[in-house]
Amino acid sequence: MKTLLTSKFAVIRDPEKCIQCQVCVNQCSFNANYFDAEENEVKSRNENCVDCQRCVVFCPTMAITITNTPLEYRYHRNWTASVIDDINKQAETGGVLLTGMGTDKDYPVYWDHLLLNASQVTNPSIDPLREPMELVTYLGSKPQKLEIDERTLELRTKMPPQVKLNVPVMFSAMSYGAVSLNVQKSLAKAATEIGTMWNTGEGGLHSSLKKYGSNTIVQVASGRFGVHSEYLNSGRMVEIKIGQGAKPGIGGHLPGEKVSSEVSLTRMIPEGSDAISPAPHHDIYSIEDLLQLIHALKEATNYTKPISVKIAAVHNAAAIASGIVRGGADMVVIDGFRGATGAAPKIIRDNVGIPIELALASVDSRLREEGIRNKASIVISGGIRNSGDVIKAIALGADAVYIGTSALIALGCHVCQQCHTGKCAWGICTSDLKLTKRINPDVGSQRLINLLRGWSLEIKDILGGLGVNSIESLRGNRLHLRGVGLSDSELEILGVRPAGR
Amino acid sequence: MTADNNTTFKIDASGIYYRDLNEKLRELIANGTHNIELINICGQRYIGTDLDKPVNIDIYGTPGNDMGAFMNGPVITVYGNAQDGCGNTMNEGKIIIHGHAGDITGLSARGGKIFIKEGVGYRAGIHMKEYKEKKPVLVIGGTAQDFAGEYMAGGIMVLLGLNLREGEKYPAKFIGTGMHGGVIYLRGGVEDYQLGKEVGIAELDEKDREILNQLVAEFCAYFSYGIETIMNRNFIKLYPRYLRPYGRLYAY
Ligand code: SF4
Ligand code: SF4
Repeated sequence: MKTLLTSKFAVIRDPEKCIQCQVCVNQCSFNANYFDAEENEVKSRNENCVDCQRCVVFCPTMAITITNTPLEYRYHRNWTASVIDDINKQAETGGVLLTGMGTDKDYPVYWDHLLLNASQVTNPSIDPLREPMELVTYLGSKPQKLEIDERTLELRTKMPPQVKLNVPVMFSAMSYGAVSLNVQKSLAKAATEIGTMWNTGEGGLHSSLKKYGSNTIVQVASGRFGVHSEYLNSGRMVEIKIGQGAKPGIGGHLPGEKVSSEVSLTRMIPEGSDAISPAPHHDIYSIEDLLQLIHALKEATNYTKPISVKIAAVHNAAAIASGIVRGGADMVVIDGFRGATGAAPKIIRDNVGIPIELALASVDSRLREEGIRNKASIVISGGIRNSGDVIKAIALGADAVYIGTSALIALGCHVCQQCHTGKCAWGICTSDLKLTKRINPDVGSQRLINLLRGWSLEIKDILGGLGVNSIESLRGNRLHLRGVGLSDSELEILGVRPAGR
Repeated sequence: MTADNNTTFKIDASGIYYRDLNEKLRELIANGTHNIELINICGQRYIGTDLDKPVNIDIYGTPGNDMGAFMNGPVITVYGNAQDGCGNTMNEGKIIIHGHAGDITGLSARGGKIFIKEGVGYRAGIHMKEYKEKKPVLVIGGTAQDFAGEYMAGGIMVLLGLNLREGEKYPAKFIGTGMHGGVIYLRGGVEDYQLGKEVGIAELDEKDREILNQLVAEFCAYFSYGIETIMNRNFIKLYPRYLRPYGRLYAY
């Protein structure tokens, strides 16, 4: 069938600069650049270009520019280019539109409507370069009160297991299979050096990463891939994945093409077969069932590890989170609708779930109202872009955040949204060995360490400006936030006052 | 199944909270105990979870949900019935039940063997997996309810239906819905409409017979049945028609 799809991007090569070295041909995994032997010239197939910028960055003479294709569809408010393209794709294949990354739709980003306070005159700001600033965060359930032996001054209360973070930023779940082993190595190495956590995702733990165990969160999802007692006990924390912000309510299919022999060993399924994660866990149909799995995992790890439960931010997130905490979880993770994915139906990515800012505020408020906020830490994820987002999240009530996309961007990702194709030119979400070696875990982990170092310095600066010397003093302190351009009900849900009041 | 020659440690579990009971089991096994007998078990959950030695645990009474979840080695024999989630995500070991079991028996099992004398509830063997030689086995003497073998990705399930009278039909529907690996051997027959649309029916070949004979012999040894009374009826083999049931679902 002749395709009615048109090229989205144009590869423009400056003939003055191009030296016909063919680097762009080798770098492009989407087959958009080729060498025409007859004409002895490098050329491009615009229709294949996805604007991942790989060739642009690697061209030694900087001869390449990618632009939106000059051919613009005639303007229409309703029938935009992407709507027309999607209809054509489905008319040609009859399938569910698949995509990667987080939604690119124009929904409000509430972080950009929240502003932080700073001290002036009455409450002096603190200079973080001169005075200690505490970013250490402990994740896990906290007791209602502490009992101390009056004579020995020792703690009598038995503390539930805690996980220490030097920076309240962790790397979110990205499974081996969805991302490459080198990506996981970079994350694990960086997490260990920084003193934070990385998360295996649902694909099991590759044997070469076991040594990073004390900085690893191991995930248990509906597919139960690679889950066994050794796995559960090799991490510092166990996370039950119920949902994901990019695709709330549905499971996942890792296509057989991505199930290489190494992936198959780690997931413990035959090579080349689809790895199917069903939509629900088959043993969880209620909060009571969730309670049962939480306690099964506590038993399986002899009560030494906090158990986390991750859900997508959906309409009833607050009530669900309350049930999760009452079910015995030590940490609740809420993943907002901007959260990314290795592959998801586009229609779900772009239309299901709610913004993380609103979900976080309502979950934190609800747990406080019910007097159970101390029983679990709250961690959020889904589109955290910089230290400003982190600090606003903490002021809204989060204990820590997870970053996924930001971490991948630090590794080279240019957000081309082609993760589902398995062809990632940056070698990130692919299992093609030619491409995965484009990530060097030593370089990758250094870039991640640098990123979080920069964020930590900025967070300390902001804390100092607020006149507090510890991240604890900011947690859930919404008086440090003001809203701009928000409706009364948005302000009410966020629990912040409008700027100027 | 008592393999070791050392003495049996007996615990009267009446009134003991599951957490304390399992704590005790961990302690005993860490101290080298090989044979444990639990009497008056009544609903305690997670028995055998977190145990990773090939010890023998005999249970008298009714253990609670998730017995043997994530288990890695022990042989548990229950003289009574088991509840839901028995053998959930089990890795290694054996569960022998001289009675019936509840829903999701063997859910997501990765290895080990489960033998049940009587019937089981819904969704038995759901999403069992396998990797090379590591194949979980689930043998059900009675009948399974709907959705047995749903999403099955590997392993072997044997459905004997010994409680069915001559000419009585196997009761389960939606058998093997979403199945994309593994095999089910079913004694007697089923109608097409009882099967998930991903499931095919075939005759057993030489290799299948060999596997089935072994498993039935083991079943008979535990529950004192004669092999001939079980093998006197025809078996069918249910298999996944596609390894990639959802391969053609997407547009890129
Ligand atoms: S490398 Fe990326 S940007 Fe360059 S031509 Fe290929 S798809 Fe386009
Ligand atoms: S991970 Fe790779 S494929 Fe996915 S958006 Fe980033 S660069 Fe593109």
